[in-house]
Amino acid sequence: MSIEIKNVTKIFGSFKALKDVNVKVETGELVALLGPSGSGKTTLLRIIAGLETADGGEVFFHGEDAQKKNTKDRAVGFVFQHYALFRHLTVFENIAFGLRVKPKNIRPSNDQIQKRVHELLKLVQLDWVANRFPSQLSGGQRQRIALARALAVEPKVLLLDEPFGSLDAKVRKDLRQWLRRFHDELGITSIFVTHDQEEALEVADRIVVMNEGKIEQIGTPEDVYHRPANAFVLNFLGNVNLFHSRIEDGKVKVGNFVFPVSGKTPNDGKATFYVRPHQFDLSRFRKGVHSFSARVVHLNPAGATVKIDLLSEWGESVQAEISQEEYQKINLKRNEEIFVTPKEIRLQSGSGSDFEKIGYVEEGGGI
Amino acid sequence: MSADNKRTEPLWIQRSLIGLAFLYLGLVLFVPVASIFAGAFRKGAAFYFQSFLNPDAKSAICLTLVTALVAVPLNLIFGIAASWAIAKFDFRGKNILLTLIDLPLSVSPVISGMIFILLFGAQGIFGPWLVTHGLKIVFAPPAIILSTIFVTFPFVARELIPVMKSQGTEEEEAAITLGASGFQAFWRVTLPNIKWGLLYGVILCNARAMGEFGAVSVVSGHIRGYTNTLPLYVEILYNEYNFAAAFAAASLLVFLALVTLGAKQIVEARVQKETQ
Repeated sequence: MSIEIKNVTKIFGSFKALKDVNVKVETGELVALLGPSGSGKTTLLRIIAGLETADGGEVFFHGEDAQKKNTKDRAVGFVFQHYALFRHLTVFENIAFGLRVKPKNIRPSNDQIQKRVHELLKLVQLDWVANRFPSQLSGGQRQRIALARALAVEPKVLLLDEPFGSLDAKVRKDLRQWLRRFHDELGITSIFVTHDQEEALEVADRIVVMNEGKIEQIGTPEDVYHRPANAFVLNFLGNVNLFHSRIEDGKVKVGNFVFPVSGKTPNDGKATFYVRPHQFDLSRFRKGVHSFSARVVHLNPAGATVKIDLLSEWGESVQAEISQEEYQKINLKRNEEIFVTPKEIRLQSGSGSDFEKIGYVEEGGGI
Repeated sequence: MSADNKRTEPLWIQRSLIGLAFLYLGLVLFVPVASIFAGAFRKGAAFYFQSFLNPDAKSAICLTLVTALVAVPLNLIFGIAASWAIAKFDFRGKNILLTLIDLPLSVSPVISGMIFILLFGAQGIFGPWLVTHGLKIVFAPPAIILSTIFVTFPFVARELIPVMKSQGTEEEEAAITLGASGFQAFWRVTLPNIKWGLLYGVILCNARAMGEFGAVSVVSGHIRGYTNTLPLYVEILYNEYNFAAAFAAASLLVFLALVTLGAKQIVEARVQKETQ
């Protein structure tokens, strides 16, 4: 079932939680609502479920106005951040709940409920905990039971609020891969809320990046990561180095360092440019006009990549990330002076949050 | 307490502090309670049981039971409704409602009784109307029941509000997304989660309903065999120097207190077991 959100607004007291939000989720998609806390992502999810009412705008389920329906008639499965399992019921009864509260004429028989619950328990690979109480399960197990419970009523849409938010790092990683496979098997339209960019990038078909009640960008993980619409998205998805600079005579000035700019010339004035840590080339030789020198302050070679803290020649700290192979090759030491060449930079001039100019640097070329 | 508690005080201090506590409790609790039973049985067991067969005693016991039977269920319903509204929803005037619930605890019971005299007494607001329609409230069982309801209404609500608040609304929301109606969510999710708090509130409410003296005394009129509850009956017997009978009636209230304490202990033990 497709979901369309049109001009949705929500106000709590004097706080505008959602400002004129528009999203369309296609049938069978797995979409992430990604944003920092307070960005309105959970509120949006709750409005879709009907747990919150929008102050303005419309929500359509498969073209039908969903706001005319109560939560209980919307056929949404909702998985809560803290699981919200019924603590006084066994795992079996938790999953059976949605079937047992159905009106008499459509309620399945006891045998059918037994069968269905065991099917679901097998699906989430927890058939052996049927008679336990939620308090006897681990966090990851509780989350899977919460999912099985939501699926018991065969929802048309699955909504997950920070599904892995309160789990430890290892379980989190396992569960999100599992969720992805799970979604591919069932093909149910799903929306999940997360503040973890890595999680969104890894699991989702498309990502809706939210900030302060507004949508900053909607796109595939590749889009939002490689083609961010603005500085917020760039900043939020992955680490980025930020340089405050000025544009004078078509050149970018940072401290006493000047980057020549070729091609489109931005207007003079203040500008900010951004470089991701892995988009620096480190070498012992100057690689062109836009190389600058920096001192190695700290090295962290533990991990898949080597993280390096640098101090640029104009005195700003810069984070760079290079592969282990490259690290071996150039054999860096602490307090050494090296040359840093940005491979790709994004330039934002003026005060708007959108990129007015984006400068790409090709290997060896000028800006 | 547990064995891993570090013992820092010398043994004699521990022993004498514990001994002091028991001595104090013995003086202010055990001796008075024991004296009630001693007084009650002073004229022998036969007299003790005989004293309950007195028609006035029977009527007092009956009225006390009827009062509790009406007041407790009503306050149970009110308490659940009020705490459900306060703990699970946000609305205007919520703080005013909370304050009103506490009102009977903060005013003297005598004033609680006076309220009903001022409302329904012969000179009261509704007095003339009641007289012309031949309805009697004050100096009759209805006023006793009304004032008892008034005095005891905070108990269930006060017990449930913190329990419900601490449980939040997520489980109810989960129930509703699973297709449950509001009533089903309440019956199948909220109620099982609050059952021990509820029982505890009912026990306290019942104890107060049966033991209330001040408010009931004001509205009762002390009509023997008609408007005397057990606490009032004890006072009358005592004032007539009928000590043995007074203590016998009082011992019933002590029994009630002991049963209440026992029930409270059991409930608390169950709660502890379930939360572990």
